[in-house]
Amino acid sequence: MSLNFAAPVAAPYANTPNSTTRIMVTVMLALTPATLYGFWLNGWPGIYLWITTIAFSVLGELLFLRMRDKSAGDVLLDGSAVLTGWLLAASLPPWAPWWIGAFGGLFATTLGKQAFGGLGQNLFNPAMVARVALLISFPVQMTAWVNPPHLFAPGALGPLDGLMVFLKGYANIDAVTSATTLGFGKTELSRGVDLLQSAAHSPALSGYGLRPGSLAETSAWLIAAGGIALIYMRIISWHIPVAMLVGLAVPAAILHGVDPAHYLSATTHVLSGGAILGAFFIATDYVTSPNSPLGKLVFGLGCGLLTYVIRSWAGYPEGVAFAVMLMNALTPIIDTYFKPRIYGRNRKGAPLAI
Amino acid sequence: MGFLDRFFKEPSWGVHPDDHKRPAADVPLRILPTPSRVYMPLQQHVGGAARPIVKVGDRVLKGQLLAAASGNISAPIHAPVSGTIFAIGEVTAPHPSGLPLTAITVESDFKDEWIEAPTVSDPFSLAPEDIARKAAEAGVVGLGGATFPSAVKFALGKRLKVSTLIVNGGECEPYLSSDDRIMRDFADQVVDGVRIVMHAIGAKEALVGIEDNKPEAIAAMRKAAEPYGEVKIRPVPARYPMGSDKQLIQTLTGKEVPSDARAAEIGVLVHNVSTCAAVHRAVRHGRPLIERIVTLNGGALQNPGNIYAPLGTMVGELLAFAGLKETPARLILGGPMMGTPLAHDRIPLVKGASGILAFNAREAHRPEAGPCIRCGSCADACPMGLLPLEMAARIRAHDLEGAETFALSDCISCGCCAYVCPSHIPLVHYFSHAKGELAASERSKLRSEATKRLAEAKMARIDRENKEKAEAAARRKAEREAAKAAAAQATPQTQGEPA
Repeated sequence: MSLNFAAPVAAPYANTPNSTTRIMVTVMLALTPATLYGFWLNGWPGIYLWITTIAFSVLGELLFLRMRDKSAGDVLLDGSAVLTGWLLAASLPPWAPWWIGAFGGLFATTLGKQAFGGLGQNLFNPAMVARVALLISFPVQMTAWVNPPHLFAPGALGPLDGLMVFLKGYANIDAVTSATTLGFGKTELSRGVDLLQSAAHSPALSGYGLRPGSLAETSAWLIAAGGIALIYMRIISWHIPVAMLVGLAVPAAILHGVDPAHYLSATTHVLSGGAILGAFFIATDYVTSPNSPLGKLVFGLGCGLLTYVIRSWAGYPEGVAFAVMLMNALTPIIDTYFKPRIYGRNRKGAPLAI
Repeated sequence: MGFLDRFFKEPSWGVHPDDHKRPAADVPLRILPTPSRVYMPLQQHVGGAARPIVKVGDRVLKGQLLAAASGNISAPIHAPVSGTIFAIGEVTAPHPSGLPLTAITVESDFKDEWIEAPTVSDPFSLAPEDIARKAAEAGVVGLGGATFPSAVKFALGKRLKVSTLIVNGGECEPYLSSDDRIMRDFADQVVDGVRIVMHAIGAKEALVGIEDNKPEAIAAMRKAAEPYGEVKIRPVPARYPMGSDKQLIQTLTGKEVPSDARAAEIGVLVHNVSTCAAVHRAVRHGRPLIERIVTLNGGALQNPGNIYAPLGTMVGELLAFAGLKETPARLILGGPMMGTPLAHDRIPLVKGASGILAFNAREAHRPEAGPCIRCGSCADACPMGLLPLEMAARIRAHDLEGAETFALSDCISCGCCAYVCPSHIPLVHYFSHAKGELAASERSKLRSEATKRLAEAKMARIDRENKEKAEAAARRKAEREAAKAAAAQATPQTQGEPA
């Protein structure tokens, strides 16, 4: 008997059943409960925004792949463009006009990702790049919050009315605009009204997510549940989420304890805005975060602290996107200085003494 | 951080591939009928190739010396069957290159006539050096796959006063069960071999690490080791690469081998269970290493299991014995994580071959490699604490020195990173390539340094010679002038002298 085989390939000859697609799909599944909650909370315009953002995010990827003469099929199947669009949509005001989602989706995968060379090459989180670009370019649309009747509740918009709002805006529909806790506090402070006085009129904060806010950012518990599921499945590690929430909550608790009239409480900070979504889903993006456990802790702490600093003293009420992007820029440096200890060597890389 | 990791992730390194060990491991050991011809490569070990001492046409007995060790690190080769020397020629090496290797072909007379062998009833009365000599003469090498001559390691252990012998029964590679089988069926031989090795290196205790996915082997070994308090059976978690020296030492003793040192320098020495059994046979019965248990496994086989076979048997004959269901899509010598691909089946069984795997198309399938998403799975899995993704990124950009700053040389090629990579990047392939290139450039650097040294020495010599010549010439000139001056001086003197 005689056998002949093609050119050898180096070992191992076994491989994990895991794949990039599987990771992306798992993350999407973990995001699903919070997203569905966002749909229920905000009604049809939010659903259309979600679909549009993802569609344009995939379109942006497709256009760039065409231009780079790459086969689009395999790359699109990895699911990363869908996830990017999804994360961006989750962080947008739910009743934002259609072109916000379209522009953001295109921006995320083209300039945020493909321009750097595609999956794995981008320095910054594509969804946050797009969100920051939108926030700077269209501050009005990006900070317009709504408090509409919930999906299927009496008075809620139907699919068609929702589509009209999505396409034409809702200037003529009154009594739906609202504000976030962070935004309200900041506005009142800037008018000279301190937090103790404004607290009575402040939009209620709800851990369940029954509050105005970005499409899928409001339900802290559902997002955290998805995030914890990801940690349990070892898709992400606990380091970045824990460090980021600690980095945000600790300074908040200290300053709130010292001066409650000017600084919001740690609970408000953690449950508001994109803190939970950012900690579990945005900052943990593999491509743009460090890969050693110690580096992840440093990165997470940095994200949390910067979020706090931006929220408390900078011009914007919310700072997660800026904080994550600033730390993204530091990722290569963190990776250089915080490497895992090698077996048989000390932290500095010198061989252990016998 | 390491402390927190322990709570959130235990153990902190390695992978847990589907082990595929059963049912092959549970099938009783089968003995291969003596093949008509065996092909013994002269190089089945680390070190110098053995030197043939037989001629074509010679009659040899089973166990007779065919080729003697040459050099300090080498091992002899013995006849696995009785018969005549048929040829001394080339066979394909069990190496990815598929390059030829010199081998001695013995045609069997099917009598299996053993050469007369000296037996030793009490090996513990022998001097440690004698045990090492007997192991060396029997051609015993590390059977875990490293094939390093065992006697050399004994001497090293003795010299560095090793206190603990670690016996490697981990067998963490999926599909393989030859060590499992030897522990189940020949536990007494293994334990006796362990005690002989302890005597040879002067160790006080032996820790036998066996992965906890082999409960039968653990039970058999516990029973065999019961009378000997110094031989301790230690089940270890089933986790690849538990059978790697450094990881097993760390698991059993808590010690780490410094990156620039050998295990013996921290007082431990590792030997494989099959090696210990071979030492037992070599020392007690004077039997050289000419047979071994080899696992035949994989989806393309009809009757997978362990086979006791003479070394030098062609892989094709072993496959035929185990029965092929289909043409294998891939043949591997060793395990799937670190094994060697075989180009065809006309390759002989060698000392270090613990398994031969015949994979069907499904098992051999390797998904297309995608881009690195920096997920860090490889860094989490690396038992050495390296950053495979960073090294691979640099090697891709031909920055080999950059890869070396991430301690590429500490990579043990275990394959955890490539196994676990969700983008299926052949990371080990990258590292092997880079290590080869770095070794080659290191060699050429040494060569050019040597050339430079020689050239400088030559220049210095020529300079010196020229200088010496010039000095000699100057001296001669000075002498001549002095003589002339003396003569000139002498002349007026004579002139001025009164007659």
